[in-house]
Amino acid sequence: MNAFEYANPSTKEQAVQLLGTQWGKTEVLAGGTDLLSLMKDFGTTPKRLVDIKDIREFQGIDYITNSGLRLGATSVLGELIEHPVVQKDYRSLVQAVEGVRSLQIQSRGTIGGDLCQRPRCWYFRNGFGYFPKDDDGRDLIRNGENQYHAILGNSGSACFVSASSLAPALVALAAKFRIFGNQGWREVPAEKFFMTPTQTTQRETVMKPNEILGEILLPDATSTLNATYEVREKEALDWPLVTASVALKIKAGKVEHVRLVLGHVAPTPWRCVPAEESLVGKVVDKDSATEAGKSALIGAKPLSKNSYKISLAQVAIKRAILDAALGGT
Amino acid sequence: MPKYNWPKRTDRQVLGKRINRVDGKDKVTGKAKYNSDINLPGMLYAKFLRCPYPHARVTSIDVTAAERIPGVKAIKVIQGPGKEIHWALDDVAVVAAVDETTAEDAIRQIKVQYEKLPHLVNEDDLSKARDHLKIPSEQTTGDPDQAFMEADVIIEGEYGIPVITHCCLEPHGQVIDWKEESMTVYQSTQNVSGMANQYSQPLETSAANIRILQDYVGGGFGSKFSADSWGLETARLSKKTGRPVRNFLERDAELFVAGTRPSGFAKIKAGAKKDGTLIAWQAESWGTSGLQGGGVSMGVLPYVIKPPNVRKKHTGIGTNTGAARAWRAPNHPQTCWLTFAALDDLAAKLNINPLDFYLKNIGLTERPDLYRKQLDKAAELIGWQDKWHPRDNKNTGPVKQGLGLAFHTWGGRGHDSTVKLLIDPDGSVSVSLGTQDLGTGTLTVIAMVAAETFGLPVNAIKVNTGRFPEYPRSGGSGGSTTVGGVCAATRRACQLALEELYPKVAPVLGVKPTMLETRAGKIQVKGNPFKNVSWQQASRRLGVTPLEVTGKNISASRRASEGKLIDSGVGGVQMAEVTVDIETGVVRMKKFVAVQDCGLIVNEKLAESQVYGAMIMGISSALIEERIMDETTGTPLNGNMEFYKLPGLGDIGQLVVHMWKDEEQDARGVIGLGEPPVIAPVAAIGNAVANAIGVRVPRAPFIPRRVLAALEKKGGLYV
Repeated sequence: MNAFEYANPSTKEQAVQLLGTQWGKTEVLAGGTDLLSLMKDFGTTPKRLVDIKDIREFQGIDYITNSGLRLGATSVLGELIEHPVVQKDYRSLVQAVEGVRSLQIQSRGTIGGDLCQRPRCWYFRNGFGYFPKDDDGRDLIRNGENQYHAILGNSGSACFVSASSLAPALVALAAKFRIFGNQGWREVPAEKFFMTPTQTTQRETVMKPNEILGEILLPDATSTLNATYEVREKEALDWPLVTASVALKIKAGKVEHVRLVLGHVAPTPWRCVPAEESLVGKVVDKDSATEAGKSALIGAKPLSKNSYKISLAQVAIKRAILDAALGGT
Repeated sequence: MPKYNWPKRTDRQVLGKRINRVDGKDKVTGKAKYNSDINLPGMLYAKFLRCPYPHARVTSIDVTAAERIPGVKAIKVIQGPGKEIHWALDDVAVVAAVDETTAEDAIRQIKVQYEKLPHLVNEDDLSKARDHLKIPSEQTTGDPDQAFMEADVIIEGEYGIPVITHCCLEPHGQVIDWKEESMTVYQSTQNVSGMANQYSQPLETSAANIRILQDYVGGGFGSKFSADSWGLETARLSKKTGRPVRNFLERDAELFVAGTRPSGFAKIKAGAKKDGTLIAWQAESWGTSGLQGGGVSMGVLPYVIKPPNVRKKHTGIGTNTGAARAWRAPNHPQTCWLTFAALDDLAAKLNINPLDFYLKNIGLTERPDLYRKQLDKAAELIGWQDKWHPRDNKNTGPVKQGLGLAFHTWGGRGHDSTVKLLIDPDGSVSVSLGTQDLGTGTLTVIAMVAAETFGLPVNAIKVNTGRFPEYPRSGGSGGSTTVGGVCAATRRACQLALEELYPKVAPVLGVKPTMLETRAGKIQVKGNPFKNVSWQQASRRLGVTPLEVTGKNISASRRASEGKLIDSGVGGVQMAEVTVDIETGVVRMKKFVAVQDCGLIVNEKLAESQVYGAMIMGISSALIEERIMDETTGTPLNGNMEFYKLPGLGDIGQLVVHMWKDEEQDARGVIGLGEPPVIAPVAAIGNAVANAIGVRVPRAPFIPRRVLAALEKKGGLYV
């Protein structure tokens, strides 16, 4: 780890002033569960860390009746699942956090940190970069150990998967992300927050280097059925192989509205519009859920070692839908 | 000279009891200091620059920028221009600096140029390894060709288990303080007494000048017997700088250069008569131990069950990967899996319950009677008769349940060990020897043996270990040899001490020395407990000189007339119950039963603890653990505890341990236990998976990717 300057501003305005305009020169520090290990491995070598934990406006979880939920980005995952309204109406978020099988990370890792964490791709983490190639220009991921990599959205250079545990649920719940920068607040729908980088100078979100994810707004979910289903190799702390999250409304026994999102299958959370369309107007049962799973993966392009993730994603979607609508598989 | 023996079962006060480990409190409170906690005044930190390529020649190395960094005290080039490096992460240069970050900054400033050379890092596909094959070894017993012609049922399959690593929680390393002629080595080791001469010869100093110190060690599993190349470099840096130098490996180096377990792959053909009688076996195996080729030893394949007609051929594959080291029961877990997987497939094709198949063939093992009894016991504990079903699993729903079994054997005779026993006139007792407690409970069992012999409470015995040459030589903790070695040496010393003490006490009680015994803090007249003196009173009879006695366990010269304290050879049966979600391929442990013998059990709680730990380690290699090498770059990808996956509590399921205790076992004396229970888990779990899903997952670990692939290929090569 290189030496760095540590800044601990108490206002959001000071914080953005302290951030630079180039990725990696400065970094935002919240829980630090990802950032510090990256710095130890020289995965990022910032000159300055800007600690945002003391900024009040980025803290707390509040429910405003009939309007919805506001999640301060520096609230930790444990706080999120202890909130009574989250427990009652946002089961998909509870399940997503429970999938983070480390009490330490639940207690220290923040909501914003989960959303802004860097790819877990082992080529990236071993210092081979975003789009790893060997000295002869051979693509390491496509020719290598790609069992945990992308099956969707991988036609460009990026083959890593979005690592966020919360993102699939937040996209499915139609959350809005509020970003603070020099020009004040701006608001981005959750699914527009993530992007697939095409150059090494970019990162995985639409934020600028001197912006901060401050809070997340969730619409009221009293009448929304939702669930998240993860497939992991381990029960203990492990990254999911795939995640599916669903939020749906049922009217007169039939699906009126649905948002279906996959995680850990693409460089961004992956909204499955064809699968949503296949489900609207149908009764939720094993057949319609299975059909939605199949539709979601049309167009998937597996790499040499990860075609199994297609089956897993189909199953995860099916199970998330059945769980949301019927409370179980 | 006394007849050395263990007290009769009915007379025992301490042996066999469930006593907590004596160092447990210090370990859980953090009071226990490991050598990686050592922090000496003026200590420097060593860091190694490691080669990023699997096969390369160093063409130039420039340390000038690193040397200029303030705080850097010494730099040594280990493999300079012209040197050929054979695996990634091998040492190229080393820096000693005032703190860890300065040392790390310095190694990042060393500029090395390499000429890259061709490499091979993955050996599972034999067809891609052509240039790296070693000369095969072959062996034939009986007439396998004829036997296969006579067989009614034949199976052919391919099975494999990859390289895994030791993954010690305390990494390899040492703090070395070399002052003029004397060198103190605080090494994390399972070989305290065997360490000094590994340093003395290459460093051209006398072993007599070297002290080895270690109070606690955070795991070894077979990988910590050696001084290691990095230990020697640390010593040289200490000599050069005149300061103590600390070197503990980074996690990636710990995983990939400080120990790996050889892989084992095999094409196996096995044949049986219709009634299930196994008559023929053929295996073409391959694997790697690193550059030298190696792989699993053909000597224990097929494992435990020895068919009359066998042909086997093994080819080692030299790979550009870190060298293998002994890993808890070397060769046995791999060959147990290869054997029991193939035989389980044979039983399935014969349409015979595998339990019946093994009972039918139990005569092909070396200990049929005991295995038969252990199979029955394990079957009862897991509910085999109720739960087992043929592979055509008809239960509906995606989650399938299955049962599997395997069994194993191991030696475990006590190693050579010498103890110094001291009884002070104030009654205090100490036992000192240059052994180490790997976490197995060595300190506790030594104290128990002395406590038993003297009729004292366990906490009245002070056990001193981890010093050499201060304490007498004991063996390295490998091959499950420690418990027998230290218990026998301690018992002998204690019995000898009583031979000297009794004559001093006998006149007081007016009996012959042979009429005395120890019991409950007293020396008393046999059959008359009211005629006694307390242990303290008895010790006072020593006058002013402590009683010092040496006890030895020396395997080579043991005469039968001296009595029997230890033995060799154990067995055990394990049965696993798993569930497999056939839609996700996720395997979960449900229940896992281990039945294990180990002769006389010194401490039943710690014995069970050994078995629990081994079962968990075995579950890990069955379900999740694997070294991942990137073929293009030739480098390992999972060099941390996030990517090198180990199970947590939620992955373990219910563990049931049954220690096999009967008079026959008890009469054998003490036998080692550390290794045997880690042998059968992969095979038992792999067979349970096959039973659950109806097809063989041919390669461990049984992760979702492999389970789903096996299901898709139903009817194909690996059935």
